[in-house]
Amino acid sequence: MPKMYSETSRPERVNKNLVPKEETIKFLLDYSKALSVIDYNKLKFEALLN
Amino acid sequence: MKLNKSTTDALLVSAYMKGNESALCELITRHKQRIYSFIYSKVFDRDVAEDIFQDTFIKVIKTLKRGAYNEEGKFLPWVMRIAHNLVIDHFRKNNRMPKFENNDDFNIFSVLSDNALNIEKRMIKGQVENDVRRLIEELPDDQKQVLVMRMYKDMSFKEISEQTGVSINTALGRMRYALINLRKVIDKHNIILTN
Repeated sequence: MPKMYSETSRPERVNKNLVPKEETIKFLLDYSKALSVIDYNKLKFEALLN
Repeated sequence: MKLNKSTTDALLVSAYMKGNESALCELITRHKQRIYSFIYSKVFDRDVAEDIFQDTFIKVIKTLKRGAYNEEGKFLPWVMRIAHNLVIDHFRKNNRMPKFENNDDFNIFSVLSDNALNIEKRMIKGQVENDVRRLIEELPDDQKQVLVMRMYKDMSFKEISEQTGVSINTALGRMRYALINLRKVIDKHNIILTN
């Protein structure tokens, strides 16, 4: 007899209004402000300046 | 340049690459819901989705700051591709080290048990063993000797009889009396020796 493979459906549907947390956004914006890329002889160095 | 909701992604990207940080804020605000929902629809875990979302934008920020992005009017598809690749990385990593998710129907701990004693039980076990040792100390020497050899040194009665110079039957008898005497003391003093 063929095996029956079944998967229980996810308890929660994907809500289209899901958004990341405010902290995550804030972290990214702060990270972007702190990150600077330094060009030196065709080399690029990343520096996080806090 | 004044940025507003009608500014195209291409202009925002270009402004950001020139150092305008608020352009990034607008780009994230504009696309966060689509990107986050996409990630969540694959991983079904808020925390993991949050991590992947963050890693996605870290890559975006690094690439843009390095000037390594070619604007072809496809900012969102490009970010989605990064997110998609990170989701794949996440599942690859999880396959190497599978993570079990409990739900209402089944809890892994109902079949997996940890037989190791917890700290309280270990302490009680240690106390019980100390009590038993002290009780053994109270036994007559001949009985104590046989009991220690049998229980702690794991010797056979034959070996005990050879070492103590008594017959096997005598050794057996001493062991029997040792246990009877121990039980008597335990009963008399209501000593509880269980974990």
